[in-house]
Amino acid sequence: MESIGVLLPIPMNTYLEQELEKRFNLFKLWKVPQKTQFIKDHADSIRAVIGNASSGADAELIDALPKLEILASFSVGLDRVDLKKCREKGIRVTNTPDVLTEDVADLAIGLMLAVLRRLCECDRYVRSGNWKDGDYKLTTKCSGKSIGIVGLGRIGSAIAKRAEAFGCKISYFSKSEKTHTNYKYYSNIMDLATNCEVLFISCSLTEETRHIVNREVINAIGPKGILINIGRGPHIEEQELVSALMEGRLGGAGLDVFEKEPEVPEQLFELENVVLAPHVGSDTVETCQAMADLVIRNLEAYFQNKPLLTPVV
Amino acid sequence: MHIKYIGDCQLFLAFQVKAELLFINLPSRESEAMGSQTNQQNQTETEAEQLPCVLVHRSPSIELHFLTNTLAPHFRLLDPHKSSIPIDSFLSLHAPSIRALVVAGLSPVTAETLRRLPSLELVVGTSAGLDHVDLSACRLGGIAVTGAGNAFAEDVADYAVALLIDVLRRLSAGHRFVRSGIWPVKGEFPLGSKLGGKRIGIVGLGHIGSEVAKRLMAFGCNIAYTSRNKKPSVSYAYHENVCDLATESDVLIVCCALTPATHHIINKDVMKALGKDGVIINVGRGALVDEKQLVESLTKGEIGGAGLDVFENEPDVPKELFDLENVVLSPHRAVLTPQSIQSLQQLVLANLKAFFANKPLLSPVQLE
Repeated sequence: MESIGVLLPIPMNTYLEQELEKRFNLFKLWKVPQKTQFIKDHADSIRAVIGNASSGADAELIDALPKLEILASFSVGLDRVDLKKCREKGIRVTNTPDVLTEDVADLAIGLMLAVLRRLCECDRYVRSGNWKDGDYKLTTKCSGKSIGIVGLGRIGSAIAKRAEAFGCKISYFSKSEKTHTNYKYYSNIMDLATNCEVLFISCSLTEETRHIVNREVINAIGPKGILINIGRGPHIEEQELVSALMEGRLGGAGLDVFEKEPEVPEQLFELENVVLAPHVGSDTVETCQAMADLVIRNLEAYFQNKPLLTPVV
Repeated sequence: MHIKYIGDCQLFLAFQVKAELLFINLPSRESEAMGSQTNQQNQTETEAEQLPCVLVHRSPSIELHFLTNTLAPHFRLLDPHKSSIPIDSFLSLHAPSIRALVVAGLSPVTAETLRRLPSLELVVGTSAGLDHVDLSACRLGGIAVTGAGNAFAEDVADYAVALLIDVLRRLSAGHRFVRSGIWPVKGEFPLGSKLGGKRIGIVGLGHIGSEVAKRLMAFGCNIAYTSRNKKPSVSYAYHENVCDLATESDVLIVCCALTPATHHIINKDVMKALGKDGVIINVGRGALVDEKQLVESLTKGEIGGAGLDVFENEPDVPKELFDLENVVLSPHRAVLTPQSIQSLQQLVLANLKAFFANKPLLSPVQLE
């Protein structure tokens, strides 16, 4: 398989890179000064592309790689992949579901706790020496808060299970009602936002869900509510979020994703009711290894004419 | 007098304190000296009409912030620091009628305190820990002590879990990373460690420890514990001592009471047993951990990380910890939310009412 060309557009994970290099002819695009020319030069041998949350395969790239047969994404989200075009051209697409579910859900709950209990602010308070001048103020109880989840898929369900252990009541909005749960279903996001104190975004990013959290929804969450986003930046109208936080119309936010990562609106930096994370939802040593292993196994299966493990297309 | 509690917590206390609750009507020295029967009769009748006395036991700088408003309608609160006569005289004067005291914050209750209150039968604690109360002396004096029961358990447990996720997933470090504007420049942020599947060792499976265990089960963690006694109704693995627990754990969460027996219970041996990837979360008392040793172990990389809400010498925190990215620091705030304060108010009121009605106390502390 060493002659099979695999394109890795950006650095993703050292272990993944090493494992790919062992097995394939790996092209590390970010190291090349003239990227377009490079792709032209090697188009005939590139049969696979590795994607992730910030890099996939749009129509332009697919057209530039006539020998492309499979896109294996080092992520569960595939919003950067032109799935329609892949289907048309018979290009297989795999992702990494399940192995990262727990980590993302853990981070979501961690962000909620950190916002409500001002954890990062407290840490800053101690490190700056302010504790000597007096106690930090009271913060809000987490246990028992009403939780709203947008998208009750694998990750949404894992968030719900954790929140229940904190005595929280769960409600959700999803494409369709899930009959296997007892959680309260709302048929639209406005009703959900109005009726919960903490709103989690855990659905996939599609045309329908782009900017699903707009000014109206943010106002419905309200000055005592908080918003947690572990989905994709474009789920939220970011400028509306920033102004709502600055004006106090939204009680707080925990954000792992942003519209134009890694750029983050500077107005958020000084807000004590906001916790920011550099897109680390699945960034643990254990999970990255599991994700990388899954990418490798999908590729090996494909090139050995065996069934793919986690195909989407 | 209006006292407004400041800060943006949702509980806003404004109350007017009537003078006679904090200042007593002193009989004149003459009549006291004379010990006239008429005066005594008058006093008896007046006392009968009055509410039961409760001493507000506090160090001068500590106020009984959250409880005065709740207790004032039901009890005659005696506060020696708000009296015009010297504290000693105040206490001598009222000692015969003081059967119960409420402790403001962490004001120490010593054997000396008890000696000056020969009629005392009940000490009402108002904090999660009771290491500032001489429990031995209470036991010897036949004095009952009530604790916070479950009032703070959920909030402390929430906080312990929050600290653990922060340490493992680098929440505070990541927050600093983004806020510094470095993300677009530097790009990579170090990977964290998965919480699911971690072996959690809980030191002290009381109210708080149980709530911590319940939460972490939902994250797919494995729970084990050590406690003074094995809990038969619980299915978590039990270890007889902290060292054994540490050997079998990835994380130690310290939630036990501080007593002479548990002072520095997390010591060099325990840290060594826990290992270089191990994490310590302390929401108990600073003195449960050998702080000097912890700092050394952390700076040398002999321990994986720590989340600390309490320290041996608050508010002093060892400066060496400020440079460490695998440490999360907190200014002793695990307990306090408006909701936990409300729970405490109800519990303290209920305990005092039960006491004066000769009914069982709601949250008595077992005195050993």
